Amino acid sequence: MHGQRGTMDRRTLLEGAAGVGAALATGLGMPAVLRAQSDALRVGHLTPLTGFLGPLGEYAVMGVTLAVEEINAEGGVLGRRIELISEDSVNPSTASTKAQRLFERDGAACIIGEISSASGLAIAEVAGRNRKLFFNTGCNSDALRGASCNRYMFHVEGANSMYVKACGQALLRDGMVEGKKWFSFTADYAFGHDLFKVADRFVQQHGGKFIANELVPTDATDFSAYILKVRQAQPDLVVSNLAGNQITNFIKQYKEYQQPFPIAGFGFDTAVAWGAGPEAMQGVWPCLWYHTIDTPSSKKFTEAFTQRWKKPPENQAWGDYNAMKIVAHAMEETGKTDSDSLVEHLEKGAKFDVMKGREGYFRAWDHQLMMEMYTMTPKQKGEMTDPWDLMVIGEAVPAAGEDLEVIAPSKEENACTFA
Amino acid sequence: MQLVFILEQILNGLLAGSAYLLIALGLSLIFSLGGIVNLAHGAFYAIGAYLAVEIGNRLGFVPAFILSPILVGLLGILVERFLFRRFYRADPILSLLVTFGLAMVIEQILRIIWGAAPIPFAIPSYLSGLLFAGGLIYPYYRLAILGVTVLAVLGLWLLLNKTAFGRIVRAGVQNPDMVGALGISLAPVMATVVAIGLGLAALAGAALAPIRGVHPAMGSEVITAAFVIVVIGGLGSFWGVVLAAVIVGIVRGLTVQFFPPAEQASMYLLMFLILLLRPRGLLGERFERLEA
Repeated sequence: MHGQRGTMDRRTLLEGAAGVGAALATGLGMPAVLRAQSDALRVGHLTPLTGFLGPLGEYAVMGVTLAVEEINAEGGVLGRRIELISEDSVNPSTASTKAQRLFERDGAACIIGEISSASGLAIAEVAGRNRKLFFNTGCNSDALRGASCNRYMFHVEGANSMYVKACGQALLRDGMVEGKKWFSFTADYAFGHDLFKVADRFVQQHGGKFIANELVPTDATDFSAYILKVRQAQPDLVVSNLAGNQITNFIKQYKEYQQPFPIAGFGFDTAVAWGAGPEAMQGVWPCLWYHTIDTPSSKKFTEAFTQRWKKPPENQAWGDYNAMKIVAHAMEETGKTDSDSLVEHLEKGAKFDVMKGREGYFRAWDHQLMMEMYTMTPKQKGEMTDPWDLMVIGEAVPAAGEDLEVIAPSKEENACTFA
Repeated sequence: MQLVFILEQILNGLLAGSAYLLIALGLSLIFSLGGIVNLAHGAFYAIGAYLAVEIGNRLGFVPAFILSPILVGLLGILVERFLFRRFYRADPILSLLVTFGLAMVIEQILRIIWGAAPIPFAIPSYLSGLLFAGGLIYPYYRLAILGVTVLAVLGLWLLLNKTAFGRIVRAGVQNPDMVGALGISLAPVMATVVAIGLGLAALAGAALAPIRGVHPAMGSEVITAAFVIVVIGGLGSFWGVVLAAVIVGIVRGLTVQFFPPAEQASMYLLMFLILLLRPRGLLGERFERLEA
């Protein structure tokens, strides 16, 4: 709808400009160009709104919408209003088609979003071909930053390595790694496979091992048969490399079967924990951002979001909100909206307030946002102030004084060369 | 040792299958009598779950478990009166399209009211805990679901086989024209059948809400499995559906034991094999009006 109306606008505009040009018989195309520039700046947003990642996609849309509203209320970017075109990315092939349409037909300056690593790769390929920016706000797969990296793709979402190493710090501290037997549940698609690979590398480096890795279909809803296999295997730790609704189902049913083996996760979004509820929630989980993080910008965002959407933001809302703000900020700083200028600017290490203790920046060689991560554990039910106050957030990882890069994948682990 | 694991998975499969059974029975009933392939059946399962959460948070678990299916059953009467009734004699493709649209509309309504993210609902404390039986474990809650399913199946069987109402339904399934010629109107019967069918789906939704994520798309997660069960069991066959649900539960459990990535696929492979050997399904009957 947006696009169609847009095409009409542009056509009318060009016809009008051509008419003026013909009347003056000067052949000057300039007015048309100038008027087109004062037009709204289109930004594409693709994220899964249906399927097992749909619950997260809804937060993504709320986050990016709020960011656009705030930017437009302050006069837009370089004097231009932002026009957001947000759509359901559905699956990799649809995501690819829609990305192509956003760039070619709608003239989007960049695309923000996505959660599925498989769809993220599809969008990145289209972005690369069109030499336009794609800000990944929800795909964790290391491969997207490594083997499949792309000069036009920037990652606001943390990489799998960052999640594993953040949660891994807590597990090392609790003595759950060395000499321990881990049992893994892995989401059976690009993200899960990548996460297991990273987790396996981590546990081997620290003297533990995986004794099983169960690949779970993304639409699995009954985990009873899987939990029986955990009981058969008697591991020291059960590790969730699951995604989306899988995690809610797994946590609820693991609680139902009351197994004595502790659980931890390497992939996580708070929405799935809220869905599991305080009675079922358990384990140690990594976390990108949580609304109780106590920094001025974090509080401000939480307040604005809660006022706008009547519930606190989730980490996926954080991702899409920040990506939009980063894009706008970079455009203001450079005075340009073309992707090549922005890539150059971001690669120079521009810093951004990402609502955490320290500022973040994009690493030049793989375009990953360097930032603090956290771990979280469930709160006692009596201490919760509201249903969203479900988790207790741990210290930031890396600790103050440590380089932000220590949790990110190294060049040896995840080499990236921009073509 | 391995044998024990297999036995464990088979017994667990029985429990897992019972969850699908409540959904599949209603689906089968509406299809057999009205000729409507109700693609929105899963959506009513989702409504049942959401209503159970809302009622449960206010009045407690047991009222939720009872009221939610009744409310959805009443909703079913409206759906029958204003929607299904127009399509009994129509080309099946029309009812297919209508119910597909209805499923999407309901899913969106759930999304607008409750949001896309799953909402929490816990097992009541008196039903949590495990039964240990000779090294095997059963959560009390799943045993309770099994008990409710058995009661629902028996109740439905008695209704269909031991009452005047049931005789009309069974006659209608076999030959609606003859029933009409005898001066019996199927329309009021259909309203009850749809109410029961959707009520059973809601009962499944209420029962599974504490152990599965309650989210708008939860209906589409179960609808395919329910269809597979109806097809495997055989059209119009009550016990065929029951048997198929149990078999599908066991096959999926065993697949998880040996090759988890094929968990979903195993069900379709089973359907493929059974249809090759018995095109009418396990206990399917011959229907004049469905023969080409």
